[in-house]
Amino acid sequence: MKTAIQPDEMGFYGEFGGAFVPELLRPNIEELTRAFRTAQDDKSFQADYLSLLKDYVGRPTPLYYSSKLSDTHGCAIYLKREDLNHTGAHKINNTIGQILLAKSMGKQTIVAETGAGQHGVATATTCALMDMECIVFMGEVDMARQAPNVQRMEFLGAKVIPAKSGSRTLKDATNEAIRFWINHPDAYYLIGSVVGPHPYPEMVAYFQSIISEEIQSQLKEKTGSSSPTKVIACVGGGSNAAGAFYHFYENEDVELIAVEAAGKGLNSGESAATSILGTPGVLHGSMTLLMQDAYGQVTEPYSISAGLDYPGIGPLHAHSIQTGRTKSISVSDEQALSAAKNLSRNEGILPALESAHALAALEQIELSPSDIVVVNLSGRGDKDLSTYLQHSSK
Amino acid sequence: MNTFKKSHKQLSIFVTAGYPNLESLPEQLSLLEAKGVDFVEVGIPFSDPMADGPTIQKTSDIALKNGMNLDRLFDQLREYNSNLPVVLMGYLNPVLAYGIDRFLSLCKEVGVSSVILPDMSLEIYERFYQTTFHEYEITPCFLITPSTSTERIATIAKTCRNSFVYLVSSNATTGENISFGQDQKKRFERIRSACGETPLFMGFGIDSKEKVDFVHEVCDGAIIGSAYLKALEHGNEITFLESLQTHEQA
Ligand SMILES: Cc1ncc(COP(=O)(O)O)c(C=O)c1O
Repeated sequence: MKTAIQPDEMGFYGEFGGAFVPELLRPNIEELTRAFRTAQDDKSFQADYLSLLKDYVGRPTPLYYSSKLSDTHGCAIYLKREDLNHTGAHKINNTIGQILLAKSMGKQTIVAETGAGQHGVATATTCALMDMECIVFMGEVDMARQAPNVQRMEFLGAKVIPAKSGSRTLKDATNEAIRFWINHPDAYYLIGSVVGPHPYPEMVAYFQSIISEEIQSQLKEKTGSSSPTKVIACVGGGSNAAGAFYHFYENEDVELIAVEAAGKGLNSGESAATSILGTPGVLHGSMTLLMQDAYGQVTEPYSISAGLDYPGIGPLHAHSIQTGRTKSISVSDEQALSAAKNLSRNEGILPALESAHALAALEQIELSPSDIVVVNLSGRGDKDLSTYLQHSSK
Repeated sequence: MNTFKKSHKQLSIFVTAGYPNLESLPEQLSLLEAKGVDFVEVGIPFSDPMADGPTIQKTSDIALKNGMNLDRLFDQLREYNSNLPVVLMGYLNPVLAYGIDRFLSLCKEVGVSSVILPDMSLEIYERFYQTTFHEYEITPCFLITPSTSTERIATIAKTCRNSFVYLVSSNATTGENISFGQDQKKRFERIRSACGETPLFMGFGIDSKEKVDFVHEVCDGAIIGSAYLKALEHGNEITFLESLQTHEQA
C-alpha cells in the first residue's frame, strides 16, 4: 500500500517533520525505519494486522447515519464509530500495528507515554495479548486526573511510572519515555500519536489509515459514492484525524476539518489550539507547530479534555494546515460539553470529550443540503462521565 | 588554529547558565578558569531536555525559573571577558526561536568557541543550517556514541575539524553511572583513530578522578556535567574540582 500523504526521505512534510534526535537515538530510529519498511511490503504482517483488527478489535467499526444530527443540520451526517473499538477508542489500531512490528523486531519490552490514559490502556491491552512487558510513563498530574485508567493499565499488567519532571503532564511523560528509550535501546518505543521523530508520524498515520479506508467502502455502499464532502476529526497530536483524512488527501473535493481544543478561549491563556497559537519549533524530535514563549520554551496547553492538551501537532497536519489543504477550527470546553450532552440525549451515544470537540464543529461550519459529512467519533465517553456530571449539574 | 587542540590532556566542565542563581555564570567561569579548567560548556536551559538525566533537568528548571534566557546569557558572556574558551550547549528549539542568524552572530561577537545542539543531527545541520554556521565562522561539535560506525565518525570528525568530537561514554542520558573496562578501551581506541586530527572529548557519566584518568588514556579530554552540578548544589564544588586535579594542572 502506497501512502497518500508521504514525507520525503528525511521525513519532512514540507518544512515540518524530520528526525531531530540526538546521535544516541540514531540506531534505534534506523532499526525502526527498516523494520517498518519491511512490514509495509510483508503480506503476512499485513494479514496478521488485519485479522487482529477484525477479530480482536472488532473492525470494521460502523459508519452510522445519524438522522437526528442530519435533521438538525439539514444535510447527511455520518458518525464513524471508533468508540466501538475494543478499549473504546481509535488508539488500539496503532498499538496493534506497532506491537506486531515490535514482535517482528524481536523486542520484549514496550515503553509508551500516555496523557489521558487511552493510549496507555490500548498499549497495556495489546501487550497483554502479545506477551510483552509494558511500561507506561504518565505525568503525575494526569495520573491524579485519570485515576481509573491508571488502575485499568495496572490490572492489565502494565507498570505505570509517574513522570515527575517539568509540568508533569503528557509532554513530560513523552520526554521520560524517550529518555527510557535512550537508556534501554532494546525496548520498543510505542508513540501514541502522529508526532515524534520520523518515521513515527508516517507510521502511526499508516496504522490509523484503516479508518478512512473503511469510510470509503462503507460510504460507497450507503450512498453510491466513496467520497464525503467533509470529514471532521479532533486533533490532539492528530492520529485519529490522520486516519480519518488519509485516503482523502488527494481528493481535493473532500474538505478536511481538523478541530483543536480552544479550552477557555483562544485569548484566555488557557488553550490548546496549536495550529493557531503555535509557531514552528522542534519538540520530541520533529519540527512542527508548537506552543512556546518568545525564547522557545514550550508552554503548557490547557483543555478540559486530557487527550487534546498537547503543545504540538503532528507535522503532517502542520503542513496540511499551512498549505490550506486542511482547515483548522477550534472548539471551547463549553461547546464540547454541550455537544457531548446533545449526542448522549439524542442518539444514546456517550462520546469521549475529545470526540465531542469534533461534534461541536458542526455548529461552526457552513453546511448545505448537498453536504455529506463524516464526523470521526474517536472514542467513547465513559472515562469522562464524572466531568460531564460535574458540568451538567452547574 | 583549533582551540581544543593542546599538548596536555584536558578537562572541561559543564554548567547550566542561570544555575543556581541567575547571576551565577560569571562567578562560575572565573572559578573554573582559576582552577585550570581547559574550557567550559555552558548549558542553555530548555523546558524539555530529552537527552538529559535528572540532575541537568533540575538545574535547567531552576535556571528557567530564575529567568535565564539567551539575551541574559549573551550579556553575561559579553561582560565576562576572558581567555577561557566557552562552548554553548543546548537544544535546537530555543536557538531557532531566538533566530539562528541572531544566535550565531552573537556567538561570534562574544567569542563562543563552538556550539553543541544534540538534537541537530549531522543530516539536519547539512540540510538546513550549515551555510549559516559557515557565514558566522562557528564550527559546531557533534555527538558520537561507542556504537557509531567508523565511517560516520570519520565524516563527523571532518565536519568538526575546527572544534571537537564529543563521545558519549555509553548509550545513556546524562548523569547515568558508567564503568569502564578493557573492552571499552579497545573500542575507544578505534574511535580515537577514526577521528584523525580532530580532538576527541568524552562526557556523560564522568564523575571522579579515576574516570577522568581513564578517559585521558584514550581521549584528548574529559567533560564533567552532572557530577559537578551535584557538587555545586551541595556547595562543595571547590573540593570536587580539587579532587580532579592532576599534577600537570596543579
Ligand atoms: C478518544 C480520543 N480521541 C482523540 C484523542 C487525541 O489524540 P489524536 O489527536 O492522536 O487522535 C485521544 C487521546 O487520548 C482520545 O483518547
